[in-house]
Amino acid sequence: MTSRSATSLAALAVFAWLAPAPLVGQTSSAKPAGSPKSAKKASTPGRTPWGDPDLQGVWNDATSTPLQRPGELAGKDVLNDEEAADFQQQTAQGLTRDRRDGGKDADVNRAYNEHWMDARRLKITEDHRTSLIVDPADGRMPPLVPLSPDRQQARAMRAGANTRFNAGLPNDVYDMSLPVRCIIRTDSPPYLPTIYNNNFHIFQSPGYVAIAPEMIHSARIIPLDSRPHLGNSLHQWLGDTRGHWDGNTLVVETTNFRSDDGVVFQGGNPATFRITERFTRVDADTLTYQFTIEDPATWTRPWTARIPWTRIDPAEQMYEYACHEDNFDIVHFLTGARAREKRGETVGPPPAGAATAGER
Amino acid sequence: MPGLVSRLRRALPNFLERGAGMARRGERPCRRAGPRGTTVAARVGASVGASGVARGVARNGARVGANVVASLGASLVLCLAGPSLAGQQGPAAQFPAYKAPRVADGHPDLNGIWQAFVTANFDIGDHEAQPGPHPEIMGAYGAEPAGQGIVEGGSIPYQPWALDRKKQNFAARMTVDVSSDKTWHAVGDPELKCYMPGVPRATYMPFPFQIVQGSSPYILIAYAFTSATRTIRMNWKGDAPTDAWMGWSRGRWEGDTLVIDVTGQREETWLDRAGDFHSDAFHVVERYTPVSPYHLIYEATIEDPKVYTRPWKMSFPLYRRMEKNLQLLEFKCVPFTEELLYGKFRKPNGDVK
Repeated sequence: MTSRSATSLAALAVFAWLAPAPLVGQTSSAKPAGSPKSAKKASTPGRTPWGDPDLQGVWNDATSTPLQRPGELAGKDVLNDEEAADFQQQTAQGLTRDRRDGGKDADVNRAYNEHWMDARRLKITEDHRTSLIVDPADGRMPPLVPLSPDRQQARAMRAGANTRFNAGLPNDVYDMSLPVRCIIRTDSPPYLPTIYNNNFHIFQSPGYVAIAPEMIHSARIIPLDSRPHLGNSLHQWLGDTRGHWDGNTLVVETTNFRSDDGVVFQGGNPATFRITERFTRVDADTLTYQFTIEDPATWTRPWTARIPWTRIDPAEQMYEYACHEDNFDIVHFLTGARAREKRGETVGPPPAGAATAGER
Repeated sequence: MPGLVSRLRRALPNFLERGAGMARRGERPCRRAGPRGTTVAARVGASVGASGVARGVARNGARVGANVVASLGASLVLCLAGPSLAGQQGPAAQFPAYKAPRVADGHPDLNGIWQAFVTANFDIGDHEAQPGPHPEIMGAYGAEPAGQGIVEGGSIPYQPWALDRKKQNFAARMTVDVSSDKTWHAVGDPELKCYMPGVPRATYMPFPFQIVQGSSPYILIAYAFTSATRTIRMNWKGDAPTDAWMGWSRGRWEGDTLVIDVTGQREETWLDRAGDFHSDAFHVVERYTPVSPYHLIYEATIEDPKVYTRPWKMSFPLYRRMEKNLQLLEFKCVPFTEELLYGKFRKPNGDVK
């Protein structure tokens, strides 16, 4: 496992904090179907002493609501209470790794079991939407444009690497994804929920907002002074970020991503990929995070998703997530692969319940 | 003389907490006031019997202040009559009096991108120019510059066994063995492997870092090197809840100085490429003092009873990076170390990227 003691401590802390709350249907029964977050008691989000909207604090974005609407819910963007309870149970069942219904291999591949699971990851969003994507209206990423032969080839090579990894037979470290290699994880936009460590610490100073995602310990330090983006020959793993205030909303635009395989979300085209994120504090304990991705070289139209963020108890702390420093996984994967090769194993179809290579 | 008394009250907290021998060799007018190797502040601290002397002064104002003044006697008066009337002592005393701009809560504004320009990452002690590793391929690219040390008194007070260990560390600094979980961290400089550098090393690596200081009880310090970050928890009470590569940082203000107490650091970090090291008993107290709009004086008091014979100190200036539109750029070095760490586990004749 890639996660270390500090992580497990954080996971335990989060778990302990949530333990008294029922896991299923905690808040849904008291609300009418699809009640928007704004129906909560209105309170004026504060301002910093220098007058900016105050987003400071540690926020958590965990939810089980999928990015894309599942096929069987086509045409159903919001669920009523009863449907929502079913959906929540269903998605939780799909996410949990403490099942024993897949045999030995599946058990091993579900190694990140309940202990690692952020309990909030098992709850759908309070608005009972069936996808985090809110535009297009079908809750799905738009169709791809025809990809150039070079990009098709790059995707095919990536798929080959994933197959080798999932078969337990990676050739080398480059057959693993950037998250497995501890290069980027949820620190690169868009911020999407994962099974653990879904915290984000927001700091502010006059002229800056800084977002420190729990995983991996990087900080996006966002200048608000309208300066131009970096030159177009300077690229970064997390891109180059500029921000401004639109009323109470922090608007963050990010470009200049590196072209390394896997850096840009969903294999978009680094030269044309642009993501705009909007952070709006709704009340003392809630912030709405919305992102829009535009990449005319990849998707036929822009698309937008929305995720509620919940402020964690201020008495709780976010701990360091040291990923690479104890990344024993890489050596285990590679020495395991060499041992399998000696036994004559070859790459076949992935086993049931295989962990994904952490593709973004 | 109300003027002098109020000046003394302002000056004392900094003076006392600055404590033992912050001044470097002969730079400090007070040096001659105490016996060799001790300082006025250390003796006063002992006589008052509290480690938090300065806070006592700040809280109790004139009464404690007056006692301290009395016990200090003539030497203190001599001290304050020197060029340091504004309250900066130790390494900061060489600069003219300076009052930093304030943030909203009234504390000095340390926001900005800062960088050290010492060569201490090669060796925090004095070091001569050297060819560096693999001169047969690296030539002058890999050579290392000479530098004057940042350790007060010139050398780290190692226990005898620890000095041997430091030499072993240096000899094997470029050895990497990740073949088993047990030997993973046993040899080699963590910087070579792109591990988070810990404190204080992060401060004098040849990369900038940024301080983000607002109105919350948390201050962020973000370092370019491997995107390491640390959260400074202001006035946090209690011990480090767990070990971390960048430790657990508790901050407080003493006058215009940001003081950060760092514990809970992983024992594997080193202090430089020369193999200087510590144990799990590592305790670092950092002090960031603004002395101009463009300079901070950085000081660190380091103790580790398992490795050193006594606490010791380092100091150097931090410079504000002034380039227009400068921003902290990523140095995610993991991809640059993977071949070194994992190359030998590659499939024979496998695809090489």
